[in-house]
Amino acid sequence: MSLFALLLLPFAGSLLTAVLPTRARTALAACAGLVAAVAAARVVSLYPQIRDGGVIRETVSWVPSLGLDLTLRVDGFAWMFALLVTVIGALVCLYARYYMSPDDPVARFYAFFLAFMGAMLGVVFSGNLVQLVVFWELTSVVSFLLIGYWHHHVDARRGARMALTVTGAGGLALLGGVLVLGHIVGSYDLDVVLGSGALIRSHALYPVALVLVVVGALTKSAQFPFHFWLPRAMAAPTPVSAYLHSATMVKAGVFLLARLWPVLSGTEWWFWLLCGAGASTLLLGAFIAMFQNDLKRVLAFSTISHLGLITLLFGLNSPLAAVAGVFHIMNHATFKASLFMAAGIVDHETGTRDIRRLNGLMRSMPRTGTLALVASGAMAGVPLLNGFLSKEMFFAEAVFLTAHPTVEVGLPLLATLAGVFAVVYSLRFGYEIFFGEPSTDLPRHPEEPPGWMLKPVELLVVACLVVGVAPSISIGPLLAAAARPVVGGDLPEYHLAVWHGFGAPLVMSLLAIVGGVVGYLWLRSHQRSGRLNETPFFERFNGRRLFESGLVTATRLARRALRLVSSRRLQAQMFTIIGVAILLALLAARGVPLVWGDRERLPASHEFVLLWVIGMVCAVGAAVMAKFHRLVATTLMGGAGLVTALTFLWFSAPDLALTQLVVEVVTTILFLLGLRWLPMRLHDPSRRTTMRDRVRRGRDLLLAVGAGAGLAALSYALLTRPAPQSISPFFLDRALPEGGGTNVVNVMLVDFRAFDTIGEITVLGAVALTVYALLRRFRPPAESIGRPQQQRVLPSDVVTDLVKPRATGERAGGYMMVPATIARLLLPFSFVVAAHFLLRGHNEPGGGFVAGLVVAIAYLTQYVFSGTRWAEGRAHLLPPRWIAVGLLLAATTGLGAVAVGYPFLTSHTAHFTLPLVGEVHLPSAMFFDLGVFAVVVGATLLILTALAHQSIRAHRPPAPNKRTEAS
Amino acid sequence: MSPLLSGAIVFTLGCYAVASVLVLVRLVRGPRAQDRVFALDLLYFHAMLVMLVLGIRHQSDVYFEAALLIALFSFVSSSAMAKFILRGEVIE
Repeated sequence: MSLFALLLLPFAGSLLTAVLPTRARTALAACAGLVAAVAAARVVSLYPQIRDGGVIRETVSWVPSLGLDLTLRVDGFAWMFALLVTVIGALVCLYARYYMSPDDPVARFYAFFLAFMGAMLGVVFSGNLVQLVVFWELTSVVSFLLIGYWHHHVDARRGARMALTVTGAGGLALLGGVLVLGHIVGSYDLDVVLGSGALIRSHALYPVALVLVVVGALTKSAQFPFHFWLPRAMAAPTPVSAYLHSATMVKAGVFLLARLWPVLSGTEWWFWLLCGAGASTLLLGAFIAMFQNDLKRVLAFSTISHLGLITLLFGLNSPLAAVAGVFHIMNHATFKASLFMAAGIVDHETGTRDIRRLNGLMRSMPRTGTLALVASGAMAGVPLLNGFLSKEMFFAEAVFLTAHPTVEVGLPLLATLAGVFAVVYSLRFGYEIFFGEPSTDLPRHPEEPPGWMLKPVELLVVACLVVGVAPSISIGPLLAAAARPVVGGDLPEYHLAVWHGFGAPLVMSLLAIVGGVVGYLWLRSHQRSGRLNETPFFERFNGRRLFESGLVTATRLARRALRLVSSRRLQAQMFTIIGVAILLALLAARGVPLVWGDRERLPASHEFVLLWVIGMVCAVGAAVMAKFHRLVATTLMGGAGLVTALTFLWFSAPDLALTQLVVEVVTTILFLLGLRWLPMRLHDPSRRTTMRDRVRRGRDLLLAVGAGAGLAALSYALLTRPAPQSISPFFLDRALPEGGGTNVVNVMLVDFRAFDTIGEITVLGAVALTVYALLRRFRPPAESIGRPQQQRVLPSDVVTDLVKPRATGERAGGYMMVPATIARLLLPFSFVVAAHFLLRGHNEPGGGFVAGLVVAIAYLTQYVFSGTRWAEGRAHLLPPRWIAVGLLLAATTGLGAVAVGYPFLTSHTAHFTLPLVGEVHLPSAMFFDLGVFAVVVGATLLILTALAHQSIRAHRPPAPNKRTEAS
Repeated sequence: MSPLLSGAIVFTLGCYAVASVLVLVRLVRGPRAQDRVFALDLLYFHAMLVMLVLGIRHQSDVYFEAALLIALFSFVSSSAMAKFILRGEVIE
């Protein structure tokens, strides 16, 4: 399996899980787990190639002229990350099988989960900086979907939005930084960039690139001052938290810092930026974590704090510290993933995550308790566990650092203090909930979870222990392979051992543990007496509030800007559009003057002039009536449409004429359906026409006349010029020999330009579905919600012999019986006409489009005369299915040509003779046209019936106006 | 084509032209919406007849197709309008 296949595997798995039945928990978990496990096995098998500093590269050239290649590059560090991503991913898949409830749509969960894994692999495998940013953004987007998985919870939605906004903004900064880096180096290729560290550090733009890249990394890793999104992201299901906040999402930030360490580090800028952010995050996160009462929030702030530690380590500008940072990335991923899973198990089994309510769980869940205890020991930095080793390396770095005197004194103090805090919150997590008197008021009776749910936790905890006890033989080679690329190839001297002799680091560790235990006891006694239940001091600095007020301000500014440059009034918009169009046309006319051509003119016949007089009178009348008499305008438009159809026929365009005729009918029904919901617009006699109105109307009239005359002049100029470069002869010559049909228009639609047609019918289907979806939420204006006036009052002068002339109900048997019967008789007749047009469309006027409209009109007629309920009670039309079948048919016909070795959509015509029928002309384009037919029927019916359904739907009145409510 | 036939065709088309102009007056002036809808229906009817006559003149059956479509469906739009005037909505 190549690297590309490995990268695509999770995405393929994501697609597969998305189409599996959504409640099939076991099948889905097995599928996702298998994908993750195969990926993990493949990653493991790469180890020999990267063990001694080797680098695997794969390149697919994409846009070579722009220097854009898809490059995958795996060195030891990327390999270590890929291992974490895939192995912990597989464990989380297993865990999630038992964690997710049977009511959750888990297909969506696993689909997003695998997509996230793929995006994360893309980040670590990228051998091109721009490509890395693309995958980086992808992780932001997919994490948004994962955090908002339970989208019916407002917390989940808000948390997801906040995470996306912060990390997305950071991604933008990173893109900027990467572009600056590429500008400095002249290439985006990671190898080239890694090889030009000195050039970058001495460049004038170095601070710009550094700040932008660091902002990207800090937002992703939830570092101060961008740390506030991570606790909010705890609204995600626990498996998501266990994955995103241990091995993947937040680690992407420190991954980037480590990746670019050989290039960007070694300067004062780097030191102050990263040490400042890292140290304050380390201390702040640990401090806040001590006072949290929610298990997951303790872990969230502890994650922030540990990532601060890693950032700090990378910021120290010392190769040894960088190695410690890489080591801590691995250690933190193992113990934090197991702790999140343990927290999830406690939540799952007891129904609460509140530390104050949970007590003495060791008695009912001994295995979970033991595992959680060991893992929190690793988090606290207890000897013989992996967390101790990397923390000890950090302490050593803090003591032996040579820098500014205040830093030399301050850093060891800060490190010890953070160690004390870590011990306190680890005790609160591990000790407080499992020891003491068992609590009795839990929502559920606690017991051990299923064995398989504990397996992932066990594996991770065993890893913590093994690394902690025998580091040099278990993790040593891996760490060496992973850290070598980070420090630029030459590993510093270091010893992985539990016992380093008695020195300052050990004293600091012991101080931290003793201080932590004392601090914990002190904090517990205070909390028992009701004090210190909230974070002191820092509670006031609420990142969320700052973030939200920022969003509100941004929205307000955007709205103001929108108001400045745009208008909601149709008149103003039309004025701008048409005005600009005229201006552009006039500008163009300066270059290419408008002159008539010398093509031979046809003499005008009396009949045609009369026809056009009728059409023009209708069109002008429709424009005049459009404001206050919409129905009249619709009627007059019908007249104009008829004249258009006749004109087409006159000038030998029968295909167009046929289409225009049926389109007219559908349009009229569509307008009438829409008119039902438009509020009545009446002339208000009390409103005087002011001078300003007159000026505006005069201006608009001038504009309208100008635009119309301009268009007419353009058409005339175009029609009178000879067209030597015309494409028509091409189609006229080849329609029969190459397309197999004599109707050139149809052959163009289904053969020469079938690709366009397939695009058009796809758009048509999409539009129909959109209209349908939008109308589901349609709220009519208040004045048109009620029944139309005609159905409410019976005029006094009506003479009728009907029993209930205005009663609603079934119309097919009532007063509409005569037209309804005629309409029903029309139905089979229309089918014959449609079949006629469809079948001979290839050689004579007609085709799938006209035929589809004919059938749609025939059905719509039933709706008009017999009512929606009657029509739908007797015919199950299912328009979306027509659309689907049509698109499938058209696409399959096209692919059929591919199957026999011709380009997509090549058509073939068969001639054979049938008894009784005679010679049959059957082009394969016929099936394509059948697809067009089905799509047209489905789309027309879907749009018009969606509108028609509004009449039988119960409408909620719009929200009452505040002003009327007050009065 | 015999002179009689061509003469008849010219005469018929002239009659339809006059009729259409009269119908146009109704269509534009109204006064009621019903008048206009009825006028539109008639206009379509005339168009269908003109096409049939043109089909005879040019001896082509393309015109027949269009006439067929008008015959089938012109009544749909005008009766949909009638329904709208009667009930205030076209599909209930």
